[in-house]
Amino acid sequence: MAEFRKDAATARAPSADGARDASLKILIVDESPIRAAILADGLREAGFLLVERLAETRNLLDRIYTIDPDVILIDLENPNRDTLEQMFQMSRAVRRPVAMFVDHSDRASIQAAVDAGVSAYIVGDLKKERVTSILDLCISRFNAFSRLQAELESAKDALAERKVIDRAKGLLMKAKGLSEEGAYALLRKTAMNENKKIVDIAQSVVTAAELFK
Amino acid sequence: MSTRLRIGFIPLVDAAALIVAVECGFTAAEGLDVSLVREVSWSNVRDKLNIGLFDAAHMLSPMAIASSLGIGHLRVPLIAPFNLGLNGNAITVSEPLYAAILAHADGDITDPGVSARALARIAAERKTAGEDQLTFGITFPFSNHNYQTRFWMAVGGIDPDEDVSLVVLPPPYMVESLQSGQIDGYCVGAPWNSVAVGQGIGRILHFGCAIMARASEKVLAVRERWADKNRDTLDALLRGLARAAAFVEDAGNRADVARMVAARLDVADGIIARTLAGDLQIAVDGSTRSSDRYLIIGRDGAGRPDTVQAAWIYAQMVRWRQTPYSDALLNDARAVFRPDLYDAALGLQASPAGSLPPDGIGCFSGPAFDPADVCGHLAAWPKRPAARPRLSVVR
Repeated sequence: MAEFRKDAATARAPSADGARDASLKILIVDESPIRAAILADGLREAGFLLVERLAETRNLLDRIYTIDPDVILIDLENPNRDTLEQMFQMSRAVRRPVAMFVDHSDRASIQAAVDAGVSAYIVGDLKKERVTSILDLCISRFNAFSRLQAELESAKDALAERKVIDRAKGLLMKAKGLSEEGAYALLRKTAMNENKKIVDIAQSVVTAAELFK
Repeated sequence: MSTRLRIGFIPLVDAAALIVAVECGFTAAEGLDVSLVREVSWSNVRDKLNIGLFDAAHMLSPMAIASSLGIGHLRVPLIAPFNLGLNGNAITVSEPLYAAILAHADGDITDPGVSARALARIAAERKTAGEDQLTFGITFPFSNHNYQTRFWMAVGGIDPDEDVSLVVLPPPYMVESLQSGQIDGYCVGAPWNSVAVGQGIGRILHFGCAIMARASEKVLAVRERWADKNRDTLDALLRGLARAAAFVEDAGNRADVARMVAARLDVADGIIARTLAGDLQIAVDGSTRSSDRYLIIGRDGAGRPDTVQAAWIYAQMVRWRQTPYSDALLNDARAVFRPDLYDAALGLQASPAGSLPPDGIGCFSGPAFDPADVCGHLAAWPKRPAARPRLSVVR
């Protein structure tokens, strides 16, 4: 059975010039074949080539894993939304943008939904032009979420690296009577010579010092 | 000039107070023009409430807490100033599973401890034989259906994340899935247990109240900000609901209530009347089981939100690894239930508490629940492996 393997951060957004990444896989879950067709056509016209439709919702999760979509669009009147929610709740690896369609809509309510921080996007009748804007919204929100997570992770990593490098500098300064700049220069030179990252060399220094204690 | 309100609900018997409040004109008498909007999924109810398409909603009690804590979805603070129903669930199993439980039982299977141990033996045998795991349907990850099913199974020694599959299914699909063999049983609210029994597809094994004597099942949920800005409207709504809940419990009104609820749910009056009476047919042979605790709407102080219930729900979220434990989260969970708003709106006419279980919950097994020591309560259960929850998939 296929699983969602791609990292959340790899979901692609439209590029700046408006061209869409054709490889974004979009799954439409809708029991109405006409609405699903309108939606699929709109998406294809906008440049999304990988659009799949599911009308039969038996074994929904199984089918979704097999299709492995980047985006799932589900009609709000489909009771299987609750089944989808289980997927998002149980598997933390799966964090996909989900756009939803409801009947009542205007610009203000879309704005309101976004302001409220709700991952719900509301359209009236399924006009093709609006589909793209839904998806843009959906993806941009998803990316904003992923970006925040990535920034948080990289900030954490950077902090951890700096601590290791600082410890290694301290050890070298003490052992070899170097200045702080001298200790850092030695780490950097060794890293360049061995074709490794400074943090890796620093970690070796720290580990070695532990062994010699 | 009346105030217009849109209130979402799921077609279940515990929406009765809302339905009766509108049908009998109790909310109109309070100056409210209420439109009840029938919904197809709990996700919809939550999202439409969150973004303001609904002013209030009939909601799974755990869902109101999950939304307020931001578990499993974006955080939108909700409050529950009225409890629409206590209990009302049941566990239904297929005829083959029922026969297997009987064959593996070491006692009377109306005792949930006996049935749970039998189920554990069946699950173990299936594993040894390399057969598919038993699969049970629940209605939502944040629901008493999930927590009661897990509580029951765990008493028998089953790890609900490892030894069985729990899958979320929309209630109307439960009966069909049981018939097709996709699932072996389910925990759901009325009337979906009775529907399976009526069609000879399943048997009611236990009422929810046999697992937990008192469980906050559905609340009236509103956005906290909405409540702050619309206190007079909220008070009027609570008064109308309290009157309706009392009306529902008056046996003299039962036929009328059953008719009003049945019309909104599209099911037969008879099933609704039996549900309200707590007198259910449990097998196709016509055998019945009764409990005055099966579904409680307007008696025993049911309408007044109880923060002990909120603490119990949060404890289940921690027990089943939906969220980590913290004192702050526990306090936030308790603060979702607002007996203060209920009291302010209804004054002393709050219905008197009836026979309450000593700890307010009354689980059939395990230590008494102490909301002041949730960690201690959780530690009383066998330690669970630290593995991440396995993703359940409908076969």
